[in-house]
Amino acid sequence: MGERFYHTLWWILLASFVAILAYLSILNPTKFVELSLYGLVLGSIYALVALGFALIYKSTSILNLAQGEFLMVGAYICLSLILQFQIHFVWAFLITLLFSIFLGLAVERLVLRPLIGEPIISVIMVTIALSSILKGMVIMFWGNDIRPFPKDIPFLAGKPFSVFGVSMAPIYIWSFGLAILFLLLFAIFFKLSRTGIAMRATASNQQVSQSMGISVKKVFAISWCVAAVVSSVGGIILGYISGVGITLSFFGLKVFPAVILGGLDSILGAIIGGVTIGLLENYSGGYLDHIIPAVKEVFPFVVLVIILFIKPYGLFGKEEIERV
Amino acid sequence: MPSGLFHENYSNDERIFQTLWVKCWLWAFILFLFFGFPFIVSDLNKILRFNILHTAILTGIFVIGAHGINILTGYTGQISLGHGAFMAVGAYTSAILMTKAGFPFILSLPCAGLLTAAVGMVFGIPSLRLRGLYLCIATLASQFIIEFIIRRWTGLTGGTQGMFVPYAAIGGFVFDNDRKFYYLVLVLAIATTAFTKNLFRTKPGRAFIAVRDRYFAAELIGVNLFKYRILSFGISSFLAGIAGALWAHYISLIIYEQFTIHLSIKYLAIVIIGGLGSVLGGIFGSIFYVGLEQLLEVMSKELSTSFPLLITYFVSIKEIMFGLIIILFLVFEPDGLAARWRTVKAYWKLWPFSY
Repeated sequence: MGERFYHTLWWILLASFVAILAYLSILNPTKFVELSLYGLVLGSIYALVALGFALIYKSTSILNLAQGEFLMVGAYICLSLILQFQIHFVWAFLITLLFSIFLGLAVERLVLRPLIGEPIISVIMVTIALSSILKGMVIMFWGNDIRPFPKDIPFLAGKPFSVFGVSMAPIYIWSFGLAILFLLLFAIFFKLSRTGIAMRATASNQQVSQSMGISVKKVFAISWCVAAVVSSVGGIILGYISGVGITLSFFGLKVFPAVILGGLDSILGAIIGGVTIGLLENYSGGYLDHIIPAVKEVFPFVVLVIILFIKPYGLFGKEEIERV
Repeated sequence: MPSGLFHENYSNDERIFQTLWVKCWLWAFILFLFFGFPFIVSDLNKILRFNILHTAILTGIFVIGAHGINILTGYTGQISLGHGAFMAVGAYTSAILMTKAGFPFILSLPCAGLLTAAVGMVFGIPSLRLRGLYLCIATLASQFIIEFIIRRWTGLTGGTQGMFVPYAAIGGFVFDNDRKFYYLVLVLAIATTAFTKNLFRTKPGRAFIAVRDRYFAAELIGVNLFKYRILSFGISSFLAGIAGALWAHYISLIIYEQFTIHLSIKYLAIVIIGGLGSVLGGIFGSIFYVGLEQLLEVMSKELSTSFPLLITYFVSIKEIMFGLIIILFLVFEPDGLAARWRTVKAYWKLWPFSY
């Protein structure tokens, strides 16, 4: 079975999938639009978190299994700033972002820098250990139960909008807008700013960029900061939608299918993968739920296995060509 | 009496027991485990208020599973984040075969191992085209898929209610208390250890190591990469299945929550603490980890009268300790406890005539 076989299989799978979706959209347009819209919102959050994930992988070759915990910590901090210190939501949001920058810096400096050059398993285990420590600290400070955000935040609480005939709560519109805003900001950052270009250079070749005078260490640190910041944004949005709890950390693992679909080392791929997985999750929830209850939880992972088998390097991932 | 280790031919070099002393010490230790340990411990239990026999049984079960993941991750170099789920497959298979199909324990245990091996091999198929991080993610997906199936297939597995598991019994002999179960686990743990130790003196074992160290070179000299990777997945998950079945019969109530991603991570932590790619590593890691966990639990119980807050913080302290131990081991002792042991052993190997 050569590459050609997998290539054909991939296109057949894609075509049949599009055909099924087209059929379903004709069958019940309202339901399809509703599922698509909510899927887009969920997907945009996935895309945001996946962006941080892919960025870390691309620039430092580290698989960050603590991404979900970053998300959770961000949500908890924002929540307690609002509840305990009575800070306005916007300020709490900004302070949380500031905190995430420090969290990212601390993690990179204290835990990951000593392990540069160690084998893959050590680096994976260290991020797992990190996630355990962060989770332990969150349980210590905030306990185990799910806490909702206060529902009287201006802008976010209000009358539902009507989008294409589907009524959506404002938080969904806001979260979609926020996710798109952050994605755009980072796109501009990577395209135009000096630091962003340095980061892309480091990602493509560390040694060459180091010899051109780029501080690779600084780039690593910034990557972790960016990852922590985007996770916090995702965490706050998700926390507002479904309540802040330990389960938020699970979201970090669900980002895997998104990054694998896009290709682990592609930032554009992470965004497209994130949106696709969000849509798929919602479609499976809407159309398959009466056959297999709660299939939504596991569907991304099924997709993940299929992608890994047919297209191991995802849509935009760099294929590793080996020469002897 | 030799005053050093001098290998004069290959068979000499390949011996498991390099010197007579090692063999003697090992037999003495095994005899102690059989005839000394359970009796000493039962007296100690009353004094210490710490159930050592229970800890020993858990350790034994973890030793079997740890050998499994060590074969896969330590020797073949394929990182698995799905061993918790593989253990669940073993546990549920044995339980279902005994309660629903009326199998005797002596049959259900190997069946559990074999089915788990089959499941492990299916999820190992991506290793045909994947390496390293990508394979690690594929096994992570297997963890979630298996967990989901167990949780939702209520008719077979009891879903979120869990299911009761009967006692293990061979012939008319029922393993219904800790002491009896200790012997069952001990025999199986010793058999597994002997199997693992010997595996790496055979062709497949050496092929595993070749695949880990230089997979490309291994393929060039005729090692079929795919075959040996799948075989490694099979053997590894077979042992995980056996460990899971034993766990089920010991705990008697199994719920999917016992086999989450956390268990998979725990297994990886155990082999890292003990030492990747070392048979002793699996044993040391299990003793260290299970012992520490039990100790923490007992301590928090004992101290809860004077410090009632400790119970609320117990979960978080455990999580933080777990993370810290892994990080500390990775930074300060990357080769694990087994490496430390080797330096100690080098001294004792030729005792009393070393110089």
